[in-house]
Amino acid sequence: MSLPAVIEAKSLNLVFQTSDGPVHALKDVNLTIGKGEFVSFIGPSGCGKTTLLRAIADLEHPTSGTLTVNGMSPEAARKARAYGYVFQAAGLYPWRTIAGNVRLPLEIMGYPKAEQNQRVARVLELVELKGFERKFPWQLSGGMQQRASIARALAFDADILLMDEPFGALDEIVRDRLNEELLKLWAATGKTIGFVTHSIPEAVYLSTKIVVMSPRPGRITDVIDSTLPRERPLDIRDSAEFIAIAHRVREGLRAGHVDD
Amino acid sequence: MSATTDPNRAGWALTWASFAALMVAVTLAAGLENPSHVMGFQPVIGLFGALMLGLGPFRPQLAAAGPRLAMLAAVAACLVFGAFGLLDWAERSLIVGAMAVGYWLAAWMLVARLAAMPARGGLLGRAQALVAPLVFGLTLIWAWQLAVQALGVPRVILPAPAEIGARIASSLPILWTDLVQTFGRGALSGFAIGCGSAFLFALVVDRFDFLRRGLLPVGNFLAALPIIGTAPIFVMWFGFDWPSKAAVVVAMVFFPMLVNTVQGLAATDRMQRDLMHTWSAGWWQSLMFLRLPAAMPFVFNGLKICATLALIGAIVAEFFGSPTYGMGFRISTEVGRLQLDMVWAEIATAALLGSAFYGFWALVERRVTFWHPSQRGR
Amino acid sequence: MRKAGPVLAVVAVLLALWYLAVIPMNAQWERDQAARAGREIGFAELVSRTMGQERPVLPAPHQVVAELWNSTWVEEIHGRRGWWNSGTLSNRSLIYHGWITLTATMLGFVIGTGGGILLAVGIVHNRAMDASVMPWAIASQTIPIIALAPMIIVVLNSVGISGVVPKAIIAAYLSFFPVVVGMVKGLRAPDAMQLDQMKTWSAPGSAVFWRLRVPMSMPYLFASLKVGIAAALVGTIVGELPVQQGGLGVRLLSGSYYGQTVQIWAALFAAAILAASLVGIVGWIERRVLRRMGMAG
Repeated sequence: MSLPAVIEAKSLNLVFQTSDGPVHALKDVNLTIGKGEFVSFIGPSGCGKTTLLRAIADLEHPTSGTLTVNGMSPEAARKARAYGYVFQAAGLYPWRTIAGNVRLPLEIMGYPKAEQNQRVARVLELVELKGFERKFPWQLSGGMQQRASIARALAFDADILLMDEPFGALDEIVRDRLNEELLKLWAATGKTIGFVTHSIPEAVYLSTKIVVMSPRPGRITDVIDSTLPRERPLDIRDSAEFIAIAHRVREGLRAGHVDD
Repeated sequence: MSATTDPNRAGWALTWASFAALMVAVTLAAGLENPSHVMGFQPVIGLFGALMLGLGPFRPQLAAAGPRLAMLAAVAACLVFGAFGLLDWAERSLIVGAMAVGYWLAAWMLVARLAAMPARGGLLGRAQALVAPLVFGLTLIWAWQLAVQALGVPRVILPAPAEIGARIASSLPILWTDLVQTFGRGALSGFAIGCGSAFLFALVVDRFDFLRRGLLPVGNFLAALPIIGTAPIFVMWFGFDWPSKAAVVVAMVFFPMLVNTVQGLAATDRMQRDLMHTWSAGWWQSLMFLRLPAAMPFVFNGLKICATLALIGAIVAEFFGSPTYGMGFRISTEVGRLQLDMVWAEIATAALLGSAFYGFWALVERRVTFWHPSQRGR
Repeated sequence: MRKAGPVLAVVAVLLALWYLAVIPMNAQWERDQAARAGREIGFAELVSRTMGQERPVLPAPHQVVAELWNSTWVEEIHGRRGWWNSGTLSNRSLIYHGWITLTATMLGFVIGTGGGILLAVGIVHNRAMDASVMPWAIASQTIPIIALAPMIIVVLNSVGISGVVPKAIIAAYLSFFPVVVGMVKGLRAPDAMQLDQMKTWSAPGSAVFWRLRVPMSMPYLFASLKVGIAAALVGTIVGELPVQQGGLGVRLLSGSYYGQTVQIWAALFAAAILAASLVGIVGWIERRVLRRMGMAG
């Protein structure tokens, strides 16, 4: 790949000390993510995919190895507001309106008032929530709440978007729609996206690169570069190419399990 | 099914009409002979009317709300009509007892019918929710009045509600003076100082994890102690007037408020704190944007607890010494003079005041924490 | 013990603050004494004298502890009227007064709790009771019920009922409503799914009550029992004020009449120890019960 590296991990290790002894959450992780890539992390629970994403976001601290984001340490990248983070639950503040929630990071980062309004309007349009600015989160459906939380992550100028199973709690119909919209959004903004999921079709449908991981210890077992075109209608999932990639992912997951 | 074709209903209407005619005839006959006899018949007529009306309309065929509400209103009217008659009649105590039990049961049926009705939204629903406790409360007061009259309970043991009401009406200036002294000067200032300082201190405690781990158990412990016992000490230190009352109130409300606020400030979930972290928000920012708003339900819980404690503290502190006015002073001296109607007048005032102060904070809470699940449904 | 460190530190700081506060609070009296005697008083002497006054404005912690010791162990073992020499508890000892308070508190607490649980069961199973009584149970927590205490005591006294019963009535009354409200909440804790599950087994009402509602109400019950027993103790102490027949409340009041500050503080601490032990015992039972039911975390 000739794309400039945005996220780079070299022999990364992360060990949690628990009351049952140390847990090896990440073992010898080597990974390079280029600019503008859509990278999915897939694997069974406990494989460290979320931990890796959190380490990139400076929410966990690696025990050894190097990890750089935009050429900086994760902490410096966080302080430079290099990425937006979307959690599995929308995590909107119930006491703020939808617009108020999207504005929150802008307020914290000290954007001028006029620009705040302009950005909020723009990202809400991007996630198709125009007209819901004055609603409170609890008046919206789960899918709409999650879209608002994506808008919140997009509101400031981070060129990396980290998403931790953002659609995991939604039903499949809503999920398909949001997947489609996410691809459109990615095409429109050119951001680098890191995406944690445990759904094989979702990973294959969305990504340019699929990182297959397996547990105990959490490690990368396969990195698959997708051959699918960037332009992806929903019915691409019935193509032979799609099925072939999905098969390879499934093989990778199974290989990881043989080791236990 | 059309209600008009129901033979049951027609039969019931006929029964009711003939009964009503009979009652009117009897009452008129009795009234013509001697007007005071109407008094004697009043409770009998009322109770019978209530029972007839009450047993009749609760058939599923008549489920429409309008006629049902009208029927319930008619039952209530009959009950009120008869109940007043019973009060005038209270000397014949054996019959009175039986009648009183009958009224109680009839009122109970009324409440049961009301409670079984489907809940309604809006103003009507709110009224519906109020009727049952109101009927219960009024029945209780009525039974009290009746019992005092019928059994001839001496005033020095239990005055009748009517006497207490008269006493309240005739001594409004005294009640007002006491209220200003105890609530206005003692409880309110103590409440403001205690809750305000506890809130500010909670912010400091929240800033330092060591303090939180150390102070929270100690605060919880102190909040469970009978702090009211410090009243004599504060009366010694600050004199008989309101500052000592305010000090007792401060001591009583400080720890409950502190514990609640500290817990509230810690009540954010992990994900929301992580989110703040990914935005590199500072301590101050995460306080203003996240933890303070999230703490509000806890803060108001503390304020509501303290609202009750404040009045209790101010009243009890006056038992240990006070100027010659104030609610606690009045209660303890009038008890000594066996002027129980005045004592009850003060207690009624205190009860009203306590609920009003509590209700005020509950209202503010609803305004501020409109987003909280516990507030949304209403 | 990682938890104990901060707590001990906070307690130590509070004690230090107390000692520091003793000096300025009691200094005035020492200065007046010295001025009356026409002599100067040095700072070191001032400090040592403020720690040992007979009727200080604020007694030092060690004075309170000493008074506690003297009015319990020393009084009962060495006192002429103490238990050791007379076979009965001395009426000058805190054990005697604490016992009076404790019996009234416990009697009231048992009555109030029992009645509260019964009423809660009624409220949960009867809509009419729920609609009419529950609002009063909630509202009654917002009013200063304790204002009734002196009246109940004096009135019952005037009709010849005195001793433990009137105080127990107040204690029962104060512990009654928290238990009602908490228990109603607890008995309603099972959600629709759990109730539906019972229905699929066509469980009779008694099974739903004993096997679902009662176990799920336990955490709520114990939380309100702790509130209730503390409230019962406060009620008993306040109930002891109007009629002087012994009890910690009487010690407080007589201390304030005669300016015996050390006695007030000792009685206050005795009340605090009593309250803490009662709440602690309830908490201990709570942990045992919840652990046996597999609910303790």
